[in-house]
Amino acid sequence: MVALLVVGAISTPSYAKTTQYNLTIERLPVNITGKTMEKVTVNGGIPAPTLRFTEGDDVVIHVTNKMKEDSSIHWHGLLIDPAMDGVPTFNGFPGIRPGETFTYRFHIRQSGTYWYHAHSMAQEQDGLYGSIIAAPKKETIKADRDYVIVLSDFIEEDGDTVMSNLKMMSDYYANARLTIGDFFKDVGERGWDKAWNDAKDWGDMRMARTDLSDVTGYTFLTNGKSPEQNWTGIFKPGERVRLRFINASAMSFFDVRIPGLKMSVVQSDGQNVEPVAVDEFRFAPAETYDVIVTPQDSKPYTIAAESIDRSGFAIGTLATSEGQRGKIPALRPRALLTMGDMNMEMMMKDDPDMEMTPADMISGWAKAGTPEGDKALSYADLRYAGIQKDTRQPERTIDVKLGGNMERFIWTINGKKFSEAEPIKLRYGERVRLAFTNETMMAHPMHLHGMFVQLENGQPAEKLPNKHTVIVPPGGSYSVLLTADEAGEWAFHCHLLYHMMAGMMTKVVVAKLDPGDVPPPAKTTTTPATSGGHHATH
Amino acid sequence: MQRIKTYLLASCFSLTLAVPALAEDMAGMNAKGFKMEHGGETFHMFRLETDTGVSRGDSVSSWDLDGWIGTDENKLWIKSEGEHKDGKLEEAELWAMYSRNISTFWDAQAGLRYDFEPRGTGYFVAGFTGLAPYYFETEAHLFVSEHGDVTGRLREENDILITQKLILQPYAEVNLSAQDVPEQDIGAGIADGKIGLQTRYEFTKKFAPYIDVHYGRKFGETASIAESDGEDKDELVGAIGLRLMF
Repeated sequence: MVALLVVGAISTPSYAKTTQYNLTIERLPVNITGKTMEKVTVNGGIPAPTLRFTEGDDVVIHVTNKMKEDSSIHWHGLLIDPAMDGVPTFNGFPGIRPGETFTYRFHIRQSGTYWYHAHSMAQEQDGLYGSIIAAPKKETIKADRDYVIVLSDFIEEDGDTVMSNLKMMSDYYANARLTIGDFFKDVGERGWDKAWNDAKDWGDMRMARTDLSDVTGYTFLTNGKSPEQNWTGIFKPGERVRLRFINASAMSFFDVRIPGLKMSVVQSDGQNVEPVAVDEFRFAPAETYDVIVTPQDSKPYTIAAESIDRSGFAIGTLATSEGQRGKIPALRPRALLTMGDMNMEMMMKDDPDMEMTPADMISGWAKAGTPEGDKALSYADLRYAGIQKDTRQPERTIDVKLGGNMERFIWTINGKKFSEAEPIKLRYGERVRLAFTNETMMAHPMHLHGMFVQLENGQPAEKLPNKHTVIVPPGGSYSVLLTADEAGEWAFHCHLLYHMMAGMMTKVVVAKLDPGDVPPPAKTTTTPATSGGHHATH
Repeated sequence: MQRIKTYLLASCFSLTLAVPALAEDMAGMNAKGFKMEHGGETFHMFRLETDTGVSRGDSVSSWDLDGWIGTDENKLWIKSEGEHKDGKLEEAELWAMYSRNISTFWDAQAGLRYDFEPRGTGYFVAGFTGLAPYYFETEAHLFVSEHGDVTGRLREENDILITQKLILQPYAEVNLSAQDVPEQDIGAGIADGKIGLQTRYEFTKKFAPYIDVHYGRKFGETASIAESDGEDKDELVGAIGLRLMF
């Protein structure tokens, strides 16, 4: 697999050169956890190879589907011709039929760390994900070493089976529910009244305080390697090491830290931000953060990405040579959801008499267990590294209500599943606010295809950071701004895979009403592939 | 024989209730597969519990199948339960219902039930199933027999976690009758009830052996009829069984 990752090497940079890749999707036996099972591989491996481009490149990617089912690849975070975005049925893209090769052609209009994954059934869970590095024409972030850190959640079952299991029983994977013992422990700690009332309130709502992750039983991987296999990145003391963290998991949020090292966050979702020094950050499926670390000692440093349900770590090591291992930190205690993770409006509607103390109002979900004095990244810290061109106030606000029915594993946007929903229509060029309200007790990483949104995170308008995926916390709300400057049909969905599959997705249509608004189509050069590109072998 | 024919006819009627909704979902699947992949898919869940044990020295064995196939909104719901005592089939029921999701926690159901034993009888069924506050799994159904007799059944169960895998499930069931049904030895009022405790070990959610202990008794007129027939009006059953989900 290492060899396959290396074949992504690129040739000499030149303007508008054509970079070419061949990717073959195939279900093959893999052995990551000690058991051999059939998973979805790209060019024989998991994760799929890193694709390297330079801003301004024309890209040709031949994707061959050797599976018995339809497939697709979506280029997550890339500004792209909608027909090449890779969501079946959108913009006339039919998906890739079994045995067929689909050729994606697009122009690289940006730089940064991105990724790609399947947009068909649960193939993303089954292994179809990989990283994209788009180098800027001129790199402003200096680093001596540069590593991609693809984090993912690996499960023995097929993704489709996971989905069926969740539909059979929404708590199918809930293996850390509160027991009778937990209840009596709570009585011991807080007294009968408090413990009983809490149990009563949660029972009344028919919800579980432990519902942090819908799917458990995962082995968390770093660049396709289990904690035992210990992916290792080499450094020399004093070097600036760039780590491109990509959360390519289907369902898992991670709290990421490298004990002993400060991380300087320099990029978020592929877009440069003013450096922020942090000890840890939490990120959701589909988000990416690039950080710079400068290890001074020649000891091994553990890259520890702890899942928020505290069921395990994705582990990697930064070391001066292969084979070293740092200390793996202890798992932090699991947080419990609180009333603060509930949508107040919904709750008051359900039970106006519910008693709550100020302590109840603090989100349990947000409690990462960050040690006193340590700095965890917050969205409010992110400042765009450049100057935003469009600083207009939004012309209108579009409400995006995230809803669901945990009991039946139904997830919705504005009360509708994708199978029932009407698209959100935007006029080309208009500036809108997307106002998210989360009526559920789970966090939802909302991803809009094709365009970046700007977080309304309190920074000045010209400094609002660009994001392609935005966490909307449980019971909370968050808003982002969007300039609808990419015409087409764009998927807009929760990036928790099974939430999307259960319906938490809609379509955003950006329509050009005036032909004069149409920008010229991206130029595709016809340079022969062999002169500028590189064939990935498989 | 006539009864079975009636039953089959009735079953067809029941299916006609369920099928259009399901068919609509299925047809949609072919036409707009991708859309259906995101909220319109058909899933299924069947849970089968079979056990064998003793009651007052008699061997008893029973089965209980409960499950559905369908979408989030529209389901075909199948139930079957029955009991063998001393090698003789004493009770056997088969239900087929259309189940419609009407709120977060509840489905409304309508369909047919046919009892093969103790005597062949067809019923129309209407009722609800869902999760009541405090996690009570609830089933409440009303039956109208082919003879016009009205009866009802209410069942509650709840899971208490000792550990993540060792689970106690207390349950209770009561059967009611609006009138005397002499041919079924049932008197008006509360006919019979059952309370029990299933202790299961979930190796997985799909495979869980269990021990079941329950006490059942007949009440009022129904109890008197049983006694005058020389039957017991109550029973204590201990059994071991297996719970499967598929």
